[in-house]
Amino acid sequence: MARIQIGALRKTYPGARADTLHGIDLSIEDGEMAVLVGPSGCGKSTLLRMIAGLESVTDGEIRIGDRLVNQLEPAERDIAMVFQNYALYPHMTVRGNLEYGLKNRRTPRAEIDARVTEAARVLEIEPFLDRKPQALSGGQRQRVAMGRAIVRKPQAFLFDEPLSNLDARLRGQMRVEIRRLQRRFATTSIYVTHDQLEAMTMADKLVVMNAGRIEQVGSPMDLFETPRSLFVAGFIGAPGMNLLPVEDLRASGADLTGLPGTTSVVGIRPEHLLPDATGAWMALHVTVDAVELVGSETLVHLGAAGLSAPLVLRQPGAARLAPGMPLRVGLPRQHLHCFDAHGLRIAQDSTDPALRELESRLDALR
Amino acid sequence: MIENRRWLDILTHAVLILGVAIVAFPVWVALVASTHPAGSFATGHMPLLPGGHGWDNYSTVLGSGMRGAGSEPLWRMLINSTIMAVLITAGKIAISLTSAYAIVWFRFPLRVVCFWLIFITLMLPVEVRILPTFKVVADFGLLNSWVGLTLPLIASATATFLFRQFFMTLPDELVEAARIDGAGPMKFFRDILLPLSRTNIAALSVILFIYGWVQYLWPTLVTTDPKFYTVVMGIKRMVAVAEADPQWNFVMAAVVLAMLPPVLVVIFMQRLFVKGLIETEK
Amino acid sequence: MQTKRTIFPNKGLPWLLIGPQLIVTAIFFLWPSAQAIWTSFRREDPFGLNTTFVGLANYTRLFDSGEWVAAAGRTAVFAVSVTALSMISALVLALAANRVLRGSRFYTTLLVWPYAVAPVVAGVLWWFLFNPTIGLLPYMLSGFGISWNHRVNGGQAMTLIVIAAAWKHVSYNFLFFLAALQSVPKSLIEAAAIDGAGPFQRMRDIVLPLISPTTFFLLIVNINYAMFDTFAIIDATTSGGPAGATNILVYKVYADGFLGLNLGSSSAQSVVLMLIVVALTFVQFRYVERKVQY
Repeated sequence: MARIQIGALRKTYPGARADTLHGIDLSIEDGEMAVLVGPSGCGKSTLLRMIAGLESVTDGEIRIGDRLVNQLEPAERDIAMVFQNYALYPHMTVRGNLEYGLKNRRTPRAEIDARVTEAARVLEIEPFLDRKPQALSGGQRQRVAMGRAIVRKPQAFLFDEPLSNLDARLRGQMRVEIRRLQRRFATTSIYVTHDQLEAMTMADKLVVMNAGRIEQVGSPMDLFETPRSLFVAGFIGAPGMNLLPVEDLRASGADLTGLPGTTSVVGIRPEHLLPDATGAWMALHVTVDAVELVGSETLVHLGAAGLSAPLVLRQPGAARLAPGMPLRVGLPRQHLHCFDAHGLRIAQDSTDPALRELESRLDALR
Repeated sequence: MIENRRWLDILTHAVLILGVAIVAFPVWVALVASTHPAGSFATGHMPLLPGGHGWDNYSTVLGSGMRGAGSEPLWRMLINSTIMAVLITAGKIAISLTSAYAIVWFRFPLRVVCFWLIFITLMLPVEVRILPTFKVVADFGLLNSWVGLTLPLIASATATFLFRQFFMTLPDELVEAARIDGAGPMKFFRDILLPLSRTNIAALSVILFIYGWVQYLWPTLVTTDPKFYTVVMGIKRMVAVAEADPQWNFVMAAVVLAMLPPVLVVIFMQRLFVKGLIETEK
Repeated sequence: MQTKRTIFPNKGLPWLLIGPQLIVTAIFFLWPSAQAIWTSFRREDPFGLNTTFVGLANYTRLFDSGEWVAAAGRTAVFAVSVTALSMISALVLALAANRVLRGSRFYTTLLVWPYAVAPVVAGVLWWFLFNPTIGLLPYMLSGFGISWNHRVNGGQAMTLIVIAAAWKHVSYNFLFFLAALQSVPKSLIEAAAIDGAGPFQRMRDIVLPLISPTTFFLLIVNINYAMFDTFAIIDATTSGGPAGATNILVYKVYADGFLGLNLGSSSAQSVVLMLIVVALTFVQFRYVERKVQY
């Protein structure tokens, strides 16, 4: 087991005008599950593939355990990888697939058999050991791909969007299962995905990437509660945080007193919008555009004159709202996220006496 | 789709049966002719039903060669044809597999130039540059040898392209998984690429075997020693003699024997044959 | 040129792998072709001891000689006839085979095997059928008052090689047409049927336009085949005769080079033929390019 440390890592593809990765610093503790998440093209896969040794390093360093692995072949890095399309060898049986890496490392026969049996038992793939991958379902193939990683007992597991080829239900199951296995073997893992739900639910350490840079690193709840930038705020959480430019708010007639002076965009999560804002400190007059009943909760899409993007409000249970209804929604002070013109979070530790005064008055009103 | 047009169904089958009949007609006549004694052809009333001399004709042609034509017995030519076809097939597949592998999974200086050099061979059929090619082979002293007979026909852009195309369809992750599993280039080639290419190799073999078997101009030029005569050449020589001294029964027996191996390959490996033909696209 | 994302880092190994192909190509393809080009600019002295540079003389002589121009004309007639005959019969058969629900495979098997027949053998078969003294067809034709003798009648000799060459290539065209027809989406045919198109309208308005890329591809392949792969058929049947009536370009290269030993002229002819193949290949790849990106 090992700690993975990445220092000032850069990647420039030959002939490319811009860097794909601009100096990444990241450290993943022993046994930790780090999830790299971001939109496609943000460099998360490139970073993973550089750690695997499948892409060369332009500059910077990668350490697995105590070893600097920049120049090592993938096979020498003692890592295992699970691919999006599984990359099982189609002409080999499941057993053959599990054994191949061990055979190439000249593992003794008895040891190979023991490890394959163990992995097959844990993954419940014993009945398929002598079948070819084509004869397996998507979920079963995914397990075999996991098995191929497990039998190697590597220093680290690398996952490259391993669940994107599965349907939603199976994805949910496998998410839990991968996490369970990873905890069981306590193997340091790096998991790449573009699905923020997967990222939130699986990560010990969540790494949000954008345009070749790390936007924020932290526990999933940290990132959810205090996103450091507009990008993270919009990316984490579904449906995404409502982001309202200050001009829009002003145009819709909202009272902006007390917002930090440099605020350019105000964010609020759909579940924090109040559907009935009589007497709230900041409120907007809106109209119901559409109502989505999900069963356990309701998503209400709201529009208003002056708002460039619609608002989404989330309510538990079934809301008694219909399209066309006028509404006055409240934006509670304590749930607002303020961002400056550069898209960075403005720290709001409420040291401003005027603000504190305002808040206490609000509390009194409630 | 439900559609009842009786007359169209009948027309369809009529067209197909007529087509099959026309395609098969010359061969039927050859089969019939090969079962009659030599005298049956003098009159122009060529028989249309098999006669009783089949056994005699075939055993004569196979065993002792044609009387008066001074030719080798046919069994020997059939073996020569087989050797030539197999050598060409194996050679072409071997060098195409490895060169396609080099082009797809390695980067080396002049890689694109190499690709184009191989590509150019597509444009130079042997018939077109026959004289200088013959001179090169003669200068190397390769006339009347298996090497001279097969090597110049072995370079193949077609097979290289086919394999390259197939390799390009394999997902990148397969190589990556293999590299993480500790497989180097030769191990990857042997353990993963070759087994995966099996169907393509088989399909291509069918096409190349036929290509090797039907070669005529090249073996005619480079072999003067009857030891190397192939059956396709042998027939031409028999015909030349038969013009003067008609032994059509023997010639047609030889024709049937010369057709049989490749035709059987096509019929019994039809699926592979069609795959090979359509995918090489010449 | 498109490559793989992951490659092997070895430097020497790829040369080892591509080496055999390159060596064979260089020795038996590039060098002889270069020789042909070189010789086409030179002329041998009467004793064959020396050659001198003569510029384009071999070429101008070629284009000035009625013989070569006539051969080129014959080649065009031959290529067009073979292409038309074998492609039209193949298309009709493929349309029929695509229509039958059961037995399509059976018919296919019975139609494709001539591909495996050696051109020489194909030539001999038809030559036997058309043999003026013993052949079945001249006997039948005489019933219609036609006297068949391709040994003296140039037109008949040409007919013979066209039939033999087309016969052999029907199977190839048939397979490609059938594959193309089978890849026409069924839903399109069904939509046309719902729109009220009968079987012949559907074929004319939907099927034929959709398979036109294959038709074009086959057109080039067939011209190529007729021009260069029919040497053996001609050598086995007419040997270019009578009086040169079936002496097409590829046969003439061989005859002038090996039998006439006129190296300069033969080389010039080779070079011209190479240019024709290059042009055809170029056209063909322009088409393939749209399907496959190299």
